[in-house]
Parts: sequence; structure tokens; C-alpha cells
Amino acid sequence: MFSLKNSFKGGLKINAAKELTENIPIQKITPPEVVVLPLAMHIGAPAKALVQKGERVVRGQKIAAAQGTVSANIHASVSGTVAGIEKRWLPGGKMSECIIIKNDFADETVPAVPRSPESLTAEAIRTLLLEHGITGMGGASFPTHVKYLPPKQVSIDTVILNGIECEPYITADYRILLEQPQLVIRGLQYFLKAAGAQRGIIAIEDNKPQAIALFKQLVQGSGNISVTACPEKYPQGGEKQLIKAVTGRSVPVGGLPADVGVIVDNVSTAMQAARSIESGLPFTERVITVSGSAVNSPGNFLVPLGTLYSHVVTEAAHGFKTPPAVIICGGPMMGFALQTLDYPVTKGANALLCFDESSSAAAVHAESTCVRCGRCVDHCPMFLEPTEITRFVKQQNLEAITNLHAQSCIECGCCSYVCPAHIPLVQYIRLGKQLLAQKK
Amino acid sequence: MKQPGSPEPLLIISSSPHLHCGSTVSAAMRDVLLALAPTLAAAVYYFGTDALNVIAASCAAAVLAEALCQKAMRRPVTITDGSALLTGLLLAFCLPPQLAPGLAAFGAACAIIIGKQVFGGLGANIFNPAHIGRAILLASFPAQMTTWSLPLTADASAAVTAATTSATTSATPAAADAVTTATPLALLRQAEHLWQAGTMPPDGLLPDLTALFMGNTAGSLGETCVPALVLGGFYLIWRQVIDWRIPLFYIATTGLICALYGLFNNYSPAFALYHICSGGLIIGAFFMATDWVTSPVTQKGRIIFAVGLGLITDLIRLRGGYIEGVCYSILIMNMLTPLIDRYIVNTPFGGGKRHA
Repeated sequence: MFSLKNSFKGGLKINAAKELTENIPIQKITPPEVVVLPLAMHIGAPAKALVQKGERVVRGQKIAAAQGTVSANIHASVSGTVAGIEKRWLPGGKMSECIIIKNDFADETVPAVPRSPESLTAEAIRTLLLEHGITGMGGASFPTHVKYLPPKQVSIDTVILNGIECEPYITADYRILLEQPQLVIRGLQYFLKAAGAQRGIIAIEDNKPQAIALFKQLVQGSGNISVTACPEKYPQGGEKQLIKAVTGRSVPVGGLPADVGVIVDNVSTAMQAARSIESGLPFTERVITVSGSAVNSPGNFLVPLGTLYSHVVTEAAHGFKTPPAVIICGGPMMGFALQTLDYPVTKGANALLCFDESSSAAAVHAESTCVRCGRCVDHCPMFLEPTEITRFVKQQNLEAITNLHAQSCIECGCCSYVCPAHIPLVQYIRLGKQLLAQKK
Repeated sequence: MKQPGSPEPLLIISSSPHLHCGSTVSAAMRDVLLALAPTLAAAVYYFGTDALNVIAASCAAAVLAEALCQKAMRRPVTITDGSALLTGLLLAFCLPPQLAPGLAAFGAACAIIIGKQVFGGLGANIFNPAHIGRAILLASFPAQMTTWSLPLTADASAAVTAATTSATTSATPAAADAVTTATPLALLRQAEHLWQAGTMPPDGLLPDLTALFMGNTAGSLGETCVPALVLGGFYLIWRQVIDWRIPLFYIATTGLICALYGLFNNYSPAFALYHICSGGLIIGAFFMATDWVTSPVTQKGRIIFAVGLGLITDLIRLRGGYIEGVCYSILIMNMLTPLIDRYIVNTPFGGGKRHA
């Protein structure tokens, strides 16, 4: 009935609402007075601090070292003095030790070590990814070098660059695609070499025709790199959905993309990888979209990591137009609501959305009884049954929620979005997953 | 924004997603009511003020019963969500046009109280409330519930023929009313007996297929006009209120079995078409079987549900003592819905292996 070419089953169409910022070029913001760099801003083990209070650091200096296999180095994003190391909350309710640096505005940087791309082996590329603290920039912040160390028995044939950006409002990746296309492509070439993969695919949603046209032109004649335009649908940027859409392969339940011979990385991650590999300057800044009805100047901003959102709003977006009612770190479908702007910009942060009272994001609905319409089931891109899982979560029936594969939920929020009874289904499923994790 | 104690307004903190498509249960109910508007118009066109009286009594009683029940149980009164009104309207559409409005009201009250509120209200009921109301009326007032009249628009001479021929075999005694007649399904039964005996049914026994399709025939006041029902059904499919799988598989299964049965027994080739256009099949397939609460939540489950409806409907219609099987088939499959939902579970993305 519906064409599934370059697409996936389930999911839904959401108003992309990107017009507020899509045509605004990336602007560098005034550096902040202080940066707060959480040691646990990536997935995996927190990094270990290498500096002490009172120590002088320069931009790009490694200030915390990766611990264990899944972890990432952290580098100073400004030059200045370490003002302290203390525990702070992160968006999403995690607490982390943070290195706090007071900016001396000297903008002193570590000596750059430029490298010629041709001389690099796969091993050298992996080491550079680790050394420069590269982590996924699409939201999850998974340490990138780990993806290129797959188990020996699997072979990777495809690397997909994720330029889908299916969350509404966010345009950070889109601007990177338009403004740094060569770095994105070179990043993909490094990834292909690191993985020993034959083909690279840049996947872009068809609501970004300008980026698709640009990349189709740039990769012409390159042989192993191609561009796939995917029909707009949420959550196409989900790793499993994207692999399905682009290659037709299904990652098995509980499995990884490597199980089907694929590695997926964000386009911004590829850009940052190429930049760090070639210039020798680590990952210390990123682009975030500031948007929503409550800010004066929405836009895409290049921000030093660890900058507090309060500074981003004041300096970059020129403060609030109307009093904000909801502030979201990340996209409106999967991001976290903030209760204060005193949170730092982390490696995975791609947006700050501020909405006033009149916005639909600020609407609060009471949950009513499930009428069993089955819309949550119809739209689930993981083919789960959110209403049934929710029923058993309420009963704390862990066996039933295990059998209903609650663990497979990617928390995309489609179920809650379509529920006419306004049941916060994904919140219940998250609770169920936590109950299962506690039992183990 | 600021720390507590600051004059800044506090921010709303909620779990993601922070957006919603805007649909509500009452909006969906309004869509269904709107989808029933053409049928309402057809009912009034064919059966006049009698139909209006039955509809008004049924709707008013349903809403009133819902309000009184919720008051008595000290629960919030939710009559504005439109679901009680919808139950009342659907029940009225399944009743004979000349039924006393008092009986329609009694049926509607039963539908709401016994069919819905005793289970805990909207979302908790096992059976389609409107069909519970109809089943109770049928069991309590069999004569009144099977006394049919021809539409105001029907040819009077046809009415007389039909009335006289039906009197011999119809399961119910025809009332002494000039326009009282048998429904197309009852006439089909007579035709079947004749076909089985190797004779052709006389001209005029079976209604004209076009008249049957357009609704110009005897029957429940909202079930006869196929185009009006299909129009509303397509609207609901387009609005994604109902799943197309249920009407498609229900009607296809019913039609296919009738066609094979007719072929096997050397009936007229139009036998299956008569069955599809007669009785409550079309309204049942688009508006009753698709009831959210009482149908399965998975697409696979809905297909099984719909095929089961077709099988039971035909079993009753072709082999049963009673001539119409839609109402009971829906009630029986409603009963099996929890079982279908329990055993027909979607295979998650990436296969059926369970997490360790």
C-alpha cells in the first residue's frame, strides 16, 4: 500500500518546523566566562581528570582521560585556570564530576599537529578518534573510536552518514552539510578506511533538497560514496530505522549495526573527525540550534563545549522575547525538559528549544483511560505494543513486559505523540525498562 | 530558569515527547458522528419521522444513562466526549424504524449501563455497547424487534406481494399493518428453500438489487443504505480513525463464503451480493466491528478478528435458525478480542528472539 523504498515501517510525519533557523548560517558566539566540562558527557565510563584546581590549561589540552574501552578523552574548550572539580547535574537527571575552567580570554591553543590524510592507517585513524575525544554528535554521544573496533568475526561493508535530522526544529546538522561539505565527505573517507568498508552512504531526508543536490554533485565520480534521499518520516534518524531505510537490513533484536555489517555515524561527527584528524585540534566546540517561540534570535551557533545554556541564550539568541514556559535540551520528541539554564553544552547537545506559554509544547494534558485504538501499535517503528507494555508496567508485571520486548523500545515518542488519550506511553515504557534493569 | 525563590516563572518539566499530534478521544468520536451523518439523512429519507423518533429516544436515553451512572458512582461525568451519544446513535441505526421510542430508550439505557458502565466505562467494556443493547431488546421484545416496514419510498404493490409471501415462512408473525414486510435476509431464506427444491423463486420475491444497494428496502433504520455507510466508512479510514483491514476482511470473508456456498448449491449468482448488501453487514463492518475498545490492537489481530466475524456471520446466516448473524458475530468476536491480543503479539523489529 505504501512505498517503503528508502524508508521504514511505522513512525509518522511530524511538522519539521525548521524554517526558523534553516537558512541562518552558523555563527560563532562570544566565549563565556566559565566552561563546565562534565567527565560523564559521553556514553560509557566517565573520563578521569588529569588536572587539578588552580592549574592553567590551554584550549585543546587533554584535561581528562578515557577510562576503559567505552569512554572518551575530554579537552579544555577555552584557555584559563581550573576553578574546581565538582559534582553537577546534567540534563536528563545524571550527575557527573565536572571540570570548571575560568576563561582568561587569552585564547591560547595547543600546538596543532597537521597530518596528511594519505599516510594514515586504519589503526592510526582509530587512535586519532580516541585521542581527540570524538563522540557521536547526534545526541547519544557514543565514543566514535569504539564503533570502529568491532568484534573480529563481523566485517563491515557499509558506513552510513546520518544526515537525516528528523527531530523538528533542529538544523545544526543541516548547516554543517551546507557549510562544511568537504569535511563531511573527508570524514566519511576516514571512517571507511578505519572500518575497512567498501561503500559509504550519506543519507539525507528529502526535506533538505539543497543539501541532497550539493552532495550528489560533490560525490559524483567518487566511486564508493553515494547519497540516499529518504522520504521525510520520524524517526528516520534512529540507527535501526536508518539502516533499514538505506540498506534494507534489519539489525537483530538486542544486536548492533555491526551485526549487519554497518556502522552509522552522524554527519557532524564525520565533520569533526576530519577536522580533528587534519588539524590536530581536538573536539572542543560544536554547533547547536537555538530555536522556539520564546527566543529573540533563533539560529545555529558554534559554541565551546561546557558553555552554560544561560550564556548561549543571552549572547547568541539575544535573550527571551517572551517568558519561556518550556525549555528543551535536544529535540522536542526525545529531548529533556530543563528546569534551569545552568546546564553545560555537552558533546551530544544539538539544540536548545525555548517555547512560550502559547506553544503546543507547553500544553499539559491529563492522562485518560486507554480506548485501545491501537495507534501506538500502528506507529511504533520497533513494532512493539506500547499500550500493552504500559498496562503491564502499571501492574509491575516484569515477565509480561519482557515478553513484549520492552527492552527494544528506542524511546522515539511516536506512541505518546499519537495517543488520543494523552497517555505518556514512552514514559511508562522507560519506567518498565528501569524496573527490568533493577531486577538484573 | 532561576533557582527557587526567584520571581521568574517556573518552567514546565515533563517527560519527552514534548509534542502531541493534537488528537483526542472526543475528536475521534465527533469524526464517527460526522461519518454517520449521511446514514442519518438516508434513514430519515426512507423511514421519515418514525426513524427520527427512535434515534432521538435512543440518543437521549444513552446520554442520560451515562450521566446518571457516573453520578451514582461518583465518577467524573464524561458525556461531552461523545461516546454515549455515539452508542445511542449506533443502537438506533440497528433498530426497526417503527419500534416504540420507549423501547429504543430502554435498549439504549441497557447498552450504556450493562454494556459499558458496569465494566468501568469507556475503554473497559468487553462488548460493543450498542450491540449489547440490541441483543437485550431482541431477547426481551422479539415480536417488536422483528416487525419491519417498507420504506416510505417503496412501491406499495411490491409491499403487498412481499408481505403475503413472507407470512408463510417468516420466523415472526407479521403484524396487521399494511406495509409490514420481511427483510431481504428473510426473503433470501425463502429463495434458498425454493432453490434447494429445484424451483426458481417467483419474480418480485427478492427485492431489486439496486433498490437493496440504495437502501430502498425493509430493515433496521440505519443499515439499509449502502452508499451512505460506505461513504462514512471511507471518511473514517481516510481520517485514520478506523483500520481498513476490519471492513475489508469482514466483508470479503462473508462475501466469499456466500459465493462458494451459492455456487455449491446452484443458487443465483447474485446470492453473495444479496448477502453483502442485506442486513447489518455494512454498518457492522465499518462502524461496529471497528469500535476501538472491543477490537484487537494489532493489525494482524484485526485481520483474524475480521475473518472470524465473517465466518460466524455466515454460519448464522446460512446454517442458523436466526436469519441475521452480524450482531452476534460481533459480540462473539468481542469476547475473543482479549484472547487474540494475548496470543497475536507483533514480532519486534529485528526478529523474535527474546532478550537474555
